[in-house]
Amino acid sequence: MRPNHYVGAIAGGFALFMVGVSYASVPLYRMFCQATGYGGTPARASEAEAATVKALAGKVISVRFDANVEAGMPWRFSPEVSTQVVQIGARKLAFFEAENPTDHTITGQASYNIEPGEAAHYFTKIQCFCFTRQVLAAHQKTRMPVTYFVDPKILTDPDTKDIQQITLSYTFHQVPQGA
Amino acid sequence: MATLAPDTFQAHGEDHHAHGDHDHKPAFFARWFMSTNHKDIGTLYLIFAIFAGLIGGAISGMMRAELAHPGIQYLGTFAEFLGVKNPSFDQQLHLWNVLITAHGLIMVFFMVMPAMIGGFGNWFVPLMIGAPDMAFPRMNNISFWLTVAGFCSLMMSAFVPGGASNGAGIGWTAYAPLSTSGSPGPAVDFAIFSLHLAGAASIMGAINFITTIFNMRAPGMTLHRMPLFVWSVLVTAFLLLLALPVLAAAITMLITDRNFGTTFFDPAGGGDPILFQHLFWFFGHPEVYIMILPGFGMISQIVSTFSKKPVFGYLGMAYAMVAIGVVGFVVWAHHMYTTGLSEDVKMYFTAATMVIAVPTGIKIFSWIATMWGGSITFRSPMVWAFGFIFLFTVGGVTGVVLANGGIDDNLQDTYYVVGHFHYVLSLGAVTSLFAGFYYWFPKMSGRWHSEFLSYVHFAVFFVGVNMIFFPMHFLGMQGMPRRYPDYAPQFEHWNTIATDGYMVMALSIVIFLINVIYSLIAGKKAEDNYWGEGATTLEWTLSSPPPYHQFETLPVIDADDHH
Repeated sequence: MRPNHYVGAIAGGFALFMVGVSYASVPLYRMFCQATGYGGTPARASEAEAATVKALAGKVISVRFDANVEAGMPWRFSPEVSTQVVQIGARKLAFFEAENPTDHTITGQASYNIEPGEAAHYFTKIQCFCFTRQVLAAHQKTRMPVTYFVDPKILTDPDTKDIQQITLSYTFHQVPQGA
Repeated sequence: MATLAPDTFQAHGEDHHAHGDHDHKPAFFARWFMSTNHKDIGTLYLIFAIFAGLIGGAISGMMRAELAHPGIQYLGTFAEFLGVKNPSFDQQLHLWNVLITAHGLIMVFFMVMPAMIGGFGNWFVPLMIGAPDMAFPRMNNISFWLTVAGFCSLMMSAFVPGGASNGAGIGWTAYAPLSTSGSPGPAVDFAIFSLHLAGAASIMGAINFITTIFNMRAPGMTLHRMPLFVWSVLVTAFLLLLALPVLAAAITMLITDRNFGTTFFDPAGGGDPILFQHLFWFFGHPEVYIMILPGFGMISQIVSTFSKKPVFGYLGMAYAMVAIGVVGFVVWAHHMYTTGLSEDVKMYFTAATMVIAVPTGIKIFSWIATMWGGSITFRSPMVWAFGFIFLFTVGGVTGVVLANGGIDDNLQDTYYVVGHFHYVLSLGAVTSLFAGFYYWFPKMSGRWHSEFLSYVHFAVFFVGVNMIFFPMHFLGMQGMPRRYPDYAPQFEHWNTIATDGYMVMALSIVIFLINVIYSLIAGKKAEDNYWGEGATTLEWTLSSPPPYHQFETLPVIDADDHH
C-alpha cells in the first residue's frame, strides 16, 4: 500500500468512526441521563432496592402531579389528586385517571419529567404505568398507578436540600398503529 | 503528481520556471469540469464561493429590507416573486424562516468554507509546502462537484413544500422537533440532503489535506517549518474530520425520524430533542473554528509579509491553533445554556469557553508583536489584515461576555448573539478572505488588481459592516429576539441604521466586483514576487500565475528560510 493511500485510509476510517460514535451517543446519552438525572430523568429502583430505604420521621416534601396529552392524542388524562405530601424515604402510591373517549382502541405511551431537574436523581420510581405501553379500548376508563419514594440523600445534596416541592409531569403520546 | 515515484525527481535544481513554457493544459471542458489540478479546482471553488456569497448576501439584503421598519412590508412581495400566489400571512412568515435558514447555510457551507479551505487551501497548501499537487487529485474534483450539487439541492428546497409554505424554514441549526414533525414536506429533506453532500465533500477535502500535508512536503519542509497558513489548514482539516461526521449522523437521524418512523428526537418513542442539540453543537462549535482558522493562517502570512519580519512566536502561533482546535471540542453546551443545564455543568462550560480566549489572545498579541518594530507597508492586504484584527477582537470580546452562563440566560437568542457571531464571521472571516484575496489575487491570475479600489473597497466595507452589526449589540441588550421578521417599535432606530449599513456594505461589494473585472481585463502583469522582501514562502518563488504543473523538481528547504 502506498503511503498516500495509507494516510488517506486512516483519515477516512477516522471519519467513519466518528459517525459510529455519534450513533453510539444515543444509548449513551440515555444511560447518562438515567444515571445522573440530567434533564429531569427520574431514577428507578426495584422492589428489593426500595425495601432498603428508611423513611425519615418528620421530614416531608410536597409532590405535585401534572398530566398532559400530546397534540392529537384524544385521551383524557389527569391526576386523582394534584399534590401529595410525603415523608422523605417512605414509599407512596399515586393514581392517574385516563379515558379513551373515541370509538376505537388506542395505544399510548407516557413520557415523564421531573422539575426541578436537580431533584430528578432523588425522585425514585418503583412501579409506573409509564414503563410500558397502555392500551385503552373504545370508551374505556382506567386508573393508572405509580409507586415512588423520595431518596433521603436529597437532604444532603447542597443543590437540592432546600427543595420543598417536586413536580412529576407526564405526557401521553399516541403510539401509531402497527408500531 | 503523487503517482510519480520519488526517484524521478532531481534532488536539486532551480529550473522549474522554465516549465511554464510547455504546460500541457487540457481543453476547456476537460480542464474546468474534469479538473484534477489543485490550482484549477481552487479557482473553481473561489468562483463558486463568490457566486454563493452574492446569493447569500442578496438574501441578507431581503432580510434587512424587511427589518428596516416594524411591521411586515416586503415578505409578501418576495413570496410572490418566489412563486407563491397570494401568500397568506403564515406563508409570508414562513418565508422569513426560509430566508434565515438559506442565509446561514449558504454563508457557512457554500461561501466561507469553500473559499477558505477549497479555494485558498487548494491553491496555496501545495505551493507552500513544495508539493506538485494534492495527494488525491480526483477526490479533490469530487469534493468540488459535490459541494456544487449540495448547493443545488439547497436552492431546490426553496421551491417545494416545507410546512406552511415552500422552503425549509428550520434555521441553520435544524433543531428538532421543528425540523421533524414541525416541517412536513420535502423541502427540509432537500436541505438536509444538501448538508450531506456538502459534508461529504468537506470530509473528503479534509482527508486530502491531511494526506497532502503529512506526506507531500518538499525535502527539508518539516512540520515546524511549515508556513502558518498550512498549519491552519492542517488543524482545520482535523476539525472537519472529527466534527462533520457527527453532523452527518445527526441529520441522518433527522431524516429517519422524518421519513422512516425512528424516534431519536421524539419523546413519544423515548427520544429526546435535546440530544439533537448536543450532537449539532458538538459539530457546530468546532465548525465556527473551521471557518476562522484558515483566516488566522492567512492573516499571519500577510502581517509577516508587510512587516518584513518572520511572524512573532511561530511555534506559539502554530500550537495556539492546535489548542483552539482541541478546546473547541469541549465547549459545545455554551450554545445550550437555556436548555436546563445544572449549575455545575454551566460553570464548567463557562470556564472552558473562557479558556479559548487564551490561545486566541496569543494569536492577537503575536500579530501585534510581529508588527512591532517591523518595516510596515500599508498595501491593501495589510489594511484588510488590520481591519480583521480589530473586528475579530471586538467579536472575541463579546464572545467572552456571552460565555457566561448567567449573562447568557438574558442574551440567549437576542440580537446581541447575532452581533457577536457576525463580528467574528461576517466581519472576521470575510475580512480575512478579502485580505487573502488581495494578497494572492495577482499570484493566482497573473494580473494586478487596482490597489486604489482595494482601499476604497476596504473603507466602504468597514463602515458598512460596522453600521450593520454594531447596533445589534444595543438591540440585543434591549431584548430584541432574533429570528423574527417584526419587532416592537422601540427597536426601529437601530434597525433602520443597520439597514442603511447594509446598503453601504453592498456598495463595497460592487467596488470589489468592479476591481476583479478591471484586473482581469486591464490589470498590469504581476511579477513573480510582487510584494518584495517580506514575502518568503514558496509560492513567491514561482511565476505569476504559477505554471500548470509546479515543482516537478522539488524545492529543498533550508533551516533558515521558513515561514
